[in-house]
Amino acid sequence: MTKSREKAVRICLFIFFVIISFFILVPFYAVTISAFKPGEELVRYGLNLKFDLNVMSFDNFVYLFTGDHAYFTWFFNSLILTIVQVVLTLLISATVAYGFSAYDFRGKNFLFICVLLIMMVPFEILLLPLYKLIFNMNLMNTYSAIILPGIASAATIFFFRQYLSGIPKELIAAGRVDGATEYGIYVRLILPIMKPSFAAMAILNGMNSWNNFLWPFMVLSNENKYTLPIGLKTLLTPYGNNYDLLIVGSFFSILPIFVLFIAFQKYFIDGMTAGAVKG
Amino acid sequence: MIKRFLYSQKVAPYVFVLPFVLVFAIFWVYPLISSFQMSFQKITLGQEAQYIGFDNYTKLMTDKTFLKAIGNSALYMVLTLVILIPFPMLFAVLINNRLMWGREFFKSSFFFPALTSVVVAGTIFRLMFGEMDGSLMNSILALFGVGPMKFLKEHTTGMIALLALATWRWTGVNMLYFLSGLKNIPDDYYEAASIDGASSFQKFMKITVPLLKPTSIYVLTISIYAGLAMFIESMMLWNGNNSPKNIGLTIVGYLYRQGIEKNNLGYAAAVGIVLLLITMIINLTQLAFTGLFKKED
Repeated sequence: MTKSREKAVRICLFIFFVIISFFILVPFYAVTISAFKPGEELVRYGLNLKFDLNVMSFDNFVYLFTGDHAYFTWFFNSLILTIVQVVLTLLISATVAYGFSAYDFRGKNFLFICVLLIMMVPFEILLLPLYKLIFNMNLMNTYSAIILPGIASAATIFFFRQYLSGIPKELIAAGRVDGATEYGIYVRLILPIMKPSFAAMAILNGMNSWNNFLWPFMVLSNENKYTLPIGLKTLLTPYGNNYDLLIVGSFFSILPIFVLFIAFQKYFIDGMTAGAVKG
Repeated sequence: MIKRFLYSQKVAPYVFVLPFVLVFAIFWVYPLISSFQMSFQKITLGQEAQYIGFDNYTKLMTDKTFLKAIGNSALYMVLTLVILIPFPMLFAVLINNRLMWGREFFKSSFFFPALTSVVVAGTIFRLMFGEMDGSLMNSILALFGVGPMKFLKEHTTGMIALLALATWRWTGVNMLYFLSGLKNIPDDYYEAASIDGASSFQKFMKITVPLLKPTSIYVLTISIYAGLAMFIESMMLWNGNNSPKNIGLTIVGYLYRQGIEKNNLGYAAAVGIVLLLITMIINLTQLAFTGLFKKED
């Protein structure tokens, strides 16, 4: 290729991606500027791109931080639930994955097919029987109802097992020679080696948990226990809308994930694309 | 004695996988069986269930609202496949070009929408597709002298809003899937093709597309699943499970309406089983057709 043709290709590619990125980023821009406008503007004109300093102010942010509403209760509920869910899911899924990768035992293949099966069947069809089960277990309106069904996450087990298949069996054998117990080998030898893979899965599970809506929405009925997505959803009701809080609250709920994304971009991408690595 | 038993090499693997077995049995197998059972019952939460045979299923066959929901979900699924496989694949190939400027920046900006929750993204899109003159979409239409339109009150424009939301959120993620698939294609293939005088288009059709097949099958499988099970997107766009003339009603939306809103658990369970069957049939046919099972022989 000649130099001038190379340059032409470069410029075309660049312009093409600038245009597509523009469409992708427009909604973020719209939400950001709307966070500075009064809710009535939104009701009257919808979400738009008008940058009008006359109507823009920090009022919504003042209201967000000082107003009489439950936003930060929801925010911290979500935060705590996300942390607990991520820690438990990762530890339990890693343990299960280690069982699958380090040993040969009767029923192993059958059980692993079950892991794959979970990934192939829509969770939504289990909503009602699960709802009935949680109701009968007296777990309605508790965080256990949200945490327990997903505590051994199939996708996470699958990913950890792939990762562990790269660890030599000799390491485990050497641990046995040194007199470590089966569990000692896992805790002292394997878990430390698995650390790098935890980051990607923590982000994948953390994002799913932070953004999770339908199931928590079904089992939580007490406003003080709502998570952030449920709380935001309830701001719009047939009896009255709180657009002031909705937009600034939506904006503020994306912010922490953005900051994390910028800081740990590689792990986000690893976590999100983990499933397709081996096709 | 018990300690020696638990610590033996024969028993340890079962201890390790025990949490999965428990969760699988309690929160998966049991609800699935219970779902089958419920689909043959007339059942309301907190009351004695009553077996009614295939009544729920025969009623579903002629339930116009249910058929509408299936139509909506199927159309949505097909259109997301048509948009969200070829375009992200093309973008991945283009962004992977060695002449690309600012690759990392564009990769990140394409990925941003996937960070938002459906609740927030759906709210943003509802307001962008608002029926007021000043809403983003109507101000764009006004530039062309069209509108204003009531996007969320008509079938076609409502579907466009749903697809815009899905495209916005998933283009970047699918592009990343294809990018990781592209890494597995050796550069030699392209060099050999260049020596033989192949054009860029020929290389794309003869090398890239066939060798990306495993990634395409993966994206196809999860998109079929996600398309047929879509619900919250519609719930957020119409701020609830009721849309005018049911233009936004999906299969899961109908399951939710019958089961949770109308406390008609048996009928809703039958909707779930039909969804399970449709998903399984489509995905197994698709996997047999694309040859995934053959590869494993």
